[in-house]
Amino acid sequence: MTRDGNEKPRSRPRRATAPSPGPLEPALEARINEIVAQKFSELLEANQKALASAKAEAKPARRKRRLAIVASKGTLDMAYPPLILASTAGSMGWDVGMFFTFYGLDIINRKRNRHLQVAPVGNPAMPVPVPNLIGAIPGMTAMATRMMKGWMDAARMPSVDELIQICRDTGVQMIACSTTMGVMKVASEDIMEGMEIGGAAAFLDFAADADVSLFI
Amino acid sequence: MTAHPSADYILDCRGTLCPMPVVRLRQEIDKIDSGKVIKVLATDPASVQDMPAFARNTGHELLESTTASGVFEFYFRKNGEAEE
Repeated sequence: MTRDGNEKPRSRPRRATAPSPGPLEPALEARINEIVAQKFSELLEANQKALASAKAEAKPARRKRRLAIVASKGTLDMAYPPLILASTAGSMGWDVGMFFTFYGLDIINRKRNRHLQVAPVGNPAMPVPVPNLIGAIPGMTAMATRMMKGWMDAARMPSVDELIQICRDTGVQMIACSTTMGVMKVASEDIMEGMEIGGAAAFLDFAADADVSLFI
Repeated sequence: MTAHPSADYILDCRGTLCPMPVVRLRQEIDKIDSGKVIKVLATDPASVQDMPAFARNTGHELLESTTASGVFEFYFRKNGEAEE
């Protein structure tokens, strides 16, 4: 016996209960158990089904990412950025659309795209700075272009033509601006193979769902 | 010495710059069977970020990345269910 008052009660207090209705008949009890078990398993199953379908709905099929680019410049240096981004996105399985407009049309003009140039005039970023007055001398643009092509080759960068081919291989959709073709008198035969001819509405329709949209 | 995954294929992109490592990896990974491991060698510093981005965007698994004397190595396992 302990003295701290924590001793166990010697006897449980009597509960005031209603008179027991008496044991169930064994057959009835068995029947009730059976029904309860059946009901319970039905509920459990329904619950699991609902959970599974909710999970499936919450994880929709992965949508392809989408890149929309407007290429508006026709110099050698400005042809690369849109083509590099498009070929990379295409290589990663993105949906890519390029819209070639105004001078950017030269990038996919088969008569002109091998002769894209970079001008030293008004271009203080040339690695070898050329004063504008000297840059304006005939032949300087050709020289700057040769230099840049030389750096590109040394860095084993693909040519504009090769990058366009990579874009085509990775499913990049390339659209030539029809307005530019009209304004600049570019015939559809001058546009490289595998290109579409389209307008702003078609491009905007594609770009409306784009994750990344660029104007270059 | 750490044990690297054993590679079934090797793609040498040393000396090339962005976008070529990613472009060439895509070209090569398209040709191999799913489950196979391809090891990419690159010297472009951008590949340290670009290769994990390629994995995240395509679903091909980047098993390991290491650097050895200025050369970056990336081990990819082709995922058959990866995006086209």
